[in-house]
Amino acid sequence: MSQYFDLTRRRFLKSSATVGALVLGTCFVGAVPRAMAGVLAKPSESAKEANLFVALRPDGIVEITCHRSEMGQQIRTAIAQIVADEMEAAWDKVVVIQGKGDLKYGDQNTDGSRSIRYNMQRLREMGASVRYLMRQAAATRWGVSLDSCSAVQHIVSHSSGKTLTYAELVNDVLNITPPETDKVPLKKRSEWRYINTAMEHIDLKDIVTGKATFAADVLEPKALIAMIVRPPVVGGKVKNFDAKAAKAIDGVVDVVEIPAPKGAPFFQPKGGIAIIANNTWAAMKGRKALSVSWDDGKNGDYNSETFKESLLATVSSPQTSIREVGNAAAILAKSTDKLVADYYAPHLAQAPMEPPCATAMYYKDHVDVWAATQNPQADMQTVAAMVGLPKEQINVHVTMLGGGFGRKSKPDFSAEAAYLSMKTGKAIRVQWTREDDIQHGFYHAVSAQHIEATLDENGAIEAYLHRTAFSPITSTFQEGATKAGSFELRLGFTDNPINTPNMKLENGEAPAKARIGWMRSVSNIFHAFAVQSFIAEAAHKAGRDQKDYLLETIGPDRILDVTEEHADYDNYGGDKAVYPLDIARLRHAIEKVAQMSKWGRKLPKGRGLGIAAHRSFLTYVATVVEVEVSDSGELNIIKSWASIDAGTVVNTDTVINQVQGGSIYGITAAISGGITFDKGRVQQSNFHDYRVPRMSDSPLEVDVEIIQSEAPPAGVGEPATPVYAPALCNAIFAACGKRIRQLPIGDQLKA
Amino acid sequence: MITFTVNNEVREFSGDPSTPVLWYLRDELQLTGPKFGCGMAQCGACTIHLNGVAQRSCILPIAAISGQKITTIEGLSEDGEHPVQQAWVEHKVPQCGFCQCGQMMQAASLLASNPTPSDEEIVQSMSGNICRCGTYPRIHKAIKSASKSIAGVEYYVPEKTGEKA
Repeated sequence: MSQYFDLTRRRFLKSSATVGALVLGTCFVGAVPRAMAGVLAKPSESAKEANLFVALRPDGIVEITCHRSEMGQQIRTAIAQIVADEMEAAWDKVVVIQGKGDLKYGDQNTDGSRSIRYNMQRLREMGASVRYLMRQAAATRWGVSLDSCSAVQHIVSHSSGKTLTYAELVNDVLNITPPETDKVPLKKRSEWRYINTAMEHIDLKDIVTGKATFAADVLEPKALIAMIVRPPVVGGKVKNFDAKAAKAIDGVVDVVEIPAPKGAPFFQPKGGIAIIANNTWAAMKGRKALSVSWDDGKNGDYNSETFKESLLATVSSPQTSIREVGNAAAILAKSTDKLVADYYAPHLAQAPMEPPCATAMYYKDHVDVWAATQNPQADMQTVAAMVGLPKEQINVHVTMLGGGFGRKSKPDFSAEAAYLSMKTGKAIRVQWTREDDIQHGFYHAVSAQHIEATLDENGAIEAYLHRTAFSPITSTFQEGATKAGSFELRLGFTDNPINTPNMKLENGEAPAKARIGWMRSVSNIFHAFAVQSFIAEAAHKAGRDQKDYLLETIGPDRILDVTEEHADYDNYGGDKAVYPLDIARLRHAIEKVAQMSKWGRKLPKGRGLGIAAHRSFLTYVATVVEVEVSDSGELNIIKSWASIDAGTVVNTDTVINQVQGGSIYGITAAISGGITFDKGRVQQSNFHDYRVPRMSDSPLEVDVEIIQSEAPPAGVGEPATPVYAPALCNAIFAACGKRIRQLPIGDQLKA
Repeated sequence: MITFTVNNEVREFSGDPSTPVLWYLRDELQLTGPKFGCGMAQCGACTIHLNGVAQRSCILPIAAISGQKITTIEGLSEDGEHPVQQAWVEHKVPQCGFCQCGQMMQAASLLASNPTPSDEEIVQSMSGNICRCGTYPRIHKAIKSASKSIAGVEYYVPEKTGEKA
């Protein structure tokens, strides 16, 4: 029994009455999805053998294991809602257990907005199986037919009126063979009581009382604190260091060198020198006192200004074709009145409020890790490689995450902690500072794009050419890689919805001289920025209303299959029969947000509305932003509106909260100074020079409407982000006539 | 020896007087409600009250609190019933929750000095607290809502309710 659960959670420990609990598991191996077939896309080979677990305690408490990481998207609540609904559990008898890193769960990479998409079907089946078993157990005890027994809210009732509680049936259930998945009836949608409601999230009270446990709040084991000085340049190494002054500081107990990584970055630590102390302040002072000199290596020449020029040069000439229809190049070559625009966006850092942090305790044959990780299985692998143990020997306990946004899918910090514990024999907590986070990240790629188009006599796009170049994420996994993966291009580039007879999409190579990683909605951010800005630019050239022109540009309702236009497109891993790119849904999102924002209304001078719509993570979002730009160029975002069609949704309030937050996260791209490099070093260090949205930058109202749909569930955490910067910049143009093609906006409105 | 109170308990400290109060609270007292987000008073995740007024504990040296009164989120109310905490629940403000203790301490301080802040006063008071999840619209609404209920509510003081001081 105990091997299924992470027993470190205190409230679980309080109840030792777990003996005799029912554990559901293997009956789902090889489960064939039934209703909503195709929803359960298999994320990996191991997913077939994996499972989530429901346990019933003799006292009637239901334990539901959440195998995905909680970082604000309320996945712990959503998973419980799904399972509890189908099993007819009373909500006050549900406890959520955070699953450790374990291959048996299948994919645990809480990333790509896919926790519900990958898991809803099997979670429903798991819950429904428990309800079935309860009915069966009662029917057996009473000697009546299964059909005469119904289960509602923890109680099985017979048609005669007699009842038994789930708690009373736990021991009976243990003697019943779990049913085949396809014999278990699932509820009809109309019978759902928790799914598609705005239930309060289960961790809310812990959060408002300061009791939620984030990585640095793990008090057991009592750990020494490590602060690390890392090479400022990717690929750099320690030349020499002097630890005398650091060691002299009261509280500093050790100074340990961490080896430089080999080959491609993967999620390896950058290396450096760790100061280990018995309290955080001593570690900080020790780090300051340390003197290190570095070999910078081949990235010591990285300069963002010159790199920007090289990216813009790349997109100014023909590159590798990614998608093509008609004869765009020839038409554009002949045109004397084409619209041409270059767009540029800098690196960004995810900057979750909780900087990376992990505690590790190394034993000879295994390691325990407590980490704020989005992907505990990546921790298993990365830590295993770092300490030379099999990954099965790495126990990864997942804490609450103080935001993730992609940064915490890369567990270099866990590997640092494990290595230092191995070297010292002590429990070690590695605490990253904000400076570490800003200067040693896996950055959102810097990008340049070139778009040109001709319009026909009606103003419609007749020929369209779009080139993109950016430092690719592939470089993180393959040393020296300069070619973007199709998994990066599919994010808003390959799958643009522009309906034109002549289109050519091209991708140019670019090196990466920093560690590149995904950030909330990834390259959708800069691709949607360019595409949605350009459509508004074309609308202006054609003398048309932005919204009307956007609707015309996406064309008639249809299923768009870009693979028919020679594109390599994996549709976010979603079966295109189940998750087609449906222009009707995009259109509907645009119409909905136009209605919400009262598009077309007259605005005072200096105000403007901008619109953008985009499908990402199989979800359709449209946003309208209203801004005011003063005569002196001060920007004020008045309000914004968003419509979202994410198919079936589990928690309606979570969806609204994610769209509000994803919108505001999108402001980062527009207002942040970005991350820039000189001599291979990041020039920003903390929130004073890496600007992120504050309340004063944010609209105080972000109205969100969920377009209710019975389509299978799609992504929610990321799709609101890509539309925001283009809608904002389109609004700025409407307000003051200034077109922003280079991010951040900076002082472009003041000129 | 520096003497002060934390959540109404008398405490003494004899270590490095330059230690920021944040690390004393977290490392020594294991009061983990105040969070480390930036270390330079840029984000507000570490916000506590010094004599009832919001302060960034990450840059507040412990030497500066001699004879003073510190309150953390753990001491703001007995069981999360401070009007600000209630409003945070009512409006389902938090996403990841990491910054929210700091946000609530800032909001409680604002409302203690100005129980009926204007929209703009809320923005001014709260713009030193960063939330990367982007819960600002809900924070703003929750403060408006707490403002309505806060009149006549006394700041929670444990000794008045019989808890050991």
